[in-house]
Amino acid sequence: MQRYLSFACALVLACATFLAPGADAKETVKIVFIGPLTGGNAALGLGGRNSADLAVQLHNADAKAKYTFDLVKLDDQCKPDIGVQVATKAGADSSIIAGVTHYCSAVAIATVDTYHKFGLPVIVWGAVLPAITYGNDYPEIHRVNGTMINQNDVNAKLVTGLGYKTWVIIHDTTDYGKGHDEYFTKYLTQDGGKVLADFGVGADQQDFTAILTKVKELNPDVVYFGGLTPIGVRVRSQMDKLGIKSQFEGTSGIVSDSYIQALGPLAEGTIAFIDGAPIEKLPGGKFFLEQYAAHKYAEPPEAYGAYAFVAANLIMDTIEKVGPNRKAVIAELAKTKDYPSIVGPVTFDAHGQNIVPIVTAYVVQDGKWVVWHDSDYAKGKRKLAGGK
Amino acid sequence: MDAGVLAQYVFNGVMLGVIYAMVAVGFTLFFGVLDVIQFAHGDVVMAGAFVGLATYLALHALGIAAPAVVVLVVACAAGLGMALLGAIIARWLILPLRAAPAFNTLLVTLMLGSILRELVRLFYPNGSNPQPFPRLLPSASANLGHFTLRLDTTLLIVTGLVTIVIVNLVVRRTRLGLAIRAVAQDSETARVMGIDFERVVLVTFAIGSALAGFAGVVYGLYYNEVNFDIGLLLGVIGFSAAVVGGLGSIYGAILGGFLFAALQTIGSVALPVSSAYSNVFAFAVVIVLMTWKPTGLIAEPASERV
Repeated sequence: MQRYLSFACALVLACATFLAPGADAKETVKIVFIGPLTGGNAALGLGGRNSADLAVQLHNADAKAKYTFDLVKLDDQCKPDIGVQVATKAGADSSIIAGVTHYCSAVAIATVDTYHKFGLPVIVWGAVLPAITYGNDYPEIHRVNGTMINQNDVNAKLVTGLGYKTWVIIHDTTDYGKGHDEYFTKYLTQDGGKVLADFGVGADQQDFTAILTKVKELNPDVVYFGGLTPIGVRVRSQMDKLGIKSQFEGTSGIVSDSYIQALGPLAEGTIAFIDGAPIEKLPGGKFFLEQYAAHKYAEPPEAYGAYAFVAANLIMDTIEKVGPNRKAVIAELAKTKDYPSIVGPVTFDAHGQNIVPIVTAYVVQDGKWVVWHDSDYAKGKRKLAGGK
Repeated sequence: MDAGVLAQYVFNGVMLGVIYAMVAVGFTLFFGVLDVIQFAHGDVVMAGAFVGLATYLALHALGIAAPAVVVLVVACAAGLGMALLGAIIARWLILPLRAAPAFNTLLVTLMLGSILRELVRLFYPNGSNPQPFPRLLPSASANLGHFTLRLDTTLLIVTGLVTIVIVNLVVRRTRLGLAIRAVAQDSETARVMGIDFERVVLVTFAIGSALAGFAGVVYGLYYNEVNFDIGLLLGVIGFSAAVVGGLGSIYGAILGGFLFAALQTIGSVALPVSSAYSNVFAFAVVIVLMTWKPTGLIAEPASERV
């Protein structure tokens, strides 16, 4: 009896071995998503992860696709040391062909050498520090979103145009905050604005009352904040505590739903900038938002979700074209020109940087980030701080 | 410097000092009674703030809006909730590890801190993001030149100080306090004298953690924003304040708290270098003070520990 049983087992196993490839004819290819999934900037990271995941799911649902993709999700915690660890993990895993990487600039800049060493092609989906693409000649590094250079240029022109004269700059002391400080100061001075003082703050600092007391004494027209949402919320909230009436403006780092959620009415009138056009206004934006809603993710896509979606799609389309081979993917990505995407056509320059000509200004109006030109503030129906 | 601006610095510094002192007192109590360092204490502060916030939202949903009632219930919920958490930590983490090297307790509580942080992040709705903390205190303010005297901040300073004084009175003047001090001086003899050692430890942890819960609510009411990771730095600062003041001494913890707040303020505004170095400056001075007075500014009265 036992002999029959083992024979039966062997037969079943043999059948399964023969049948398995028939049941799943497509080869599975691994790509990686890296962003801050825990920590103070997790909201942005989770939005990016969901968006990349959405791209993969939509792609896998396409019967014509040659490959099935498996998205490996890793957490960089928005910390450079952790970022290098997970980048090494992804790079060393030869089954991973390419990556959609990093929201935090401090992490993205710390990991470029790692990707270069392992020859892993990556597309940055959110970090805006120029040096990530422009500070090296690594063919592995690409970026679909714009840099803080254009962002601060547009910012300085808009706010000086409103008639503001004096600024105090508060920035975090990571590469991200320092970069914003540098470029904003440069363009603001060109456009005739005056920086009264410049404060560097720690990326995990809680109390800003001492600095803000000094700001109050200086009484600038505008307080510019170069940093990310958690600190931005604290600075804005503590400005109010000290009775500082200056206009508040920030960078792409604070354009998030959580900024408004945490501040409530205090967020009203905050100005900030984002590279690219608003997602709702792009031809594919409606499609993206509909699909995102249909997949019922627990967290919103946030400001850079669309870029993570595009980066994932570009990687998958490239692999479809040249096969799952890192070198071939790098060579093919370098040729990317007018790749149609939901954030507009993507074209990489010699540094792998997408040439995004558009920067959009936003202002918080009635608890929403509204495109500046459509807002009541631009139309003169409402006034910013200082009556501008 | 303008007198109003100076007054503003002092006022903000005192507020900050009260929060630090409340955290530091917990560290000093735990060390005094059991010679342990509870490194999750900062995260207990954070948990207290979130319990307070959740209580507020519950009251809000029930339609209870009278600010005085709400503040009282929120503070009590945070205090009691953290007292319970503190006792649980003592009963199931600290006491079982009593025979193990102190290093193990330190590591275990450090890990517990990470667990608390991640639990809040994962299970509090939208917990990764900064959460708005309601403004429940009267926001009247008087402008005296560059100085804005806010009623809510003043109330918080007074409440914080009164709470610390109450804890101090409990330890100095009551039978319970006597038992705590007896255990602190010599737990073996205290046991022989009929003091329920385990109960005293649990109560001490409950008191210290309740104070941390209050500190969380004070923090929330002051900054009107709480985040799941506020406990990390608060813990380190509270611990440094307790050490520099003199671990085991309540007055030392208070002194340490205010000293650290003063150092941070000076580091932010009075130094020629960038304000980014305020914590570097404050911690550096603490290191210097510690090498000068290793047992702290107010040393624990020498007790024989065999």
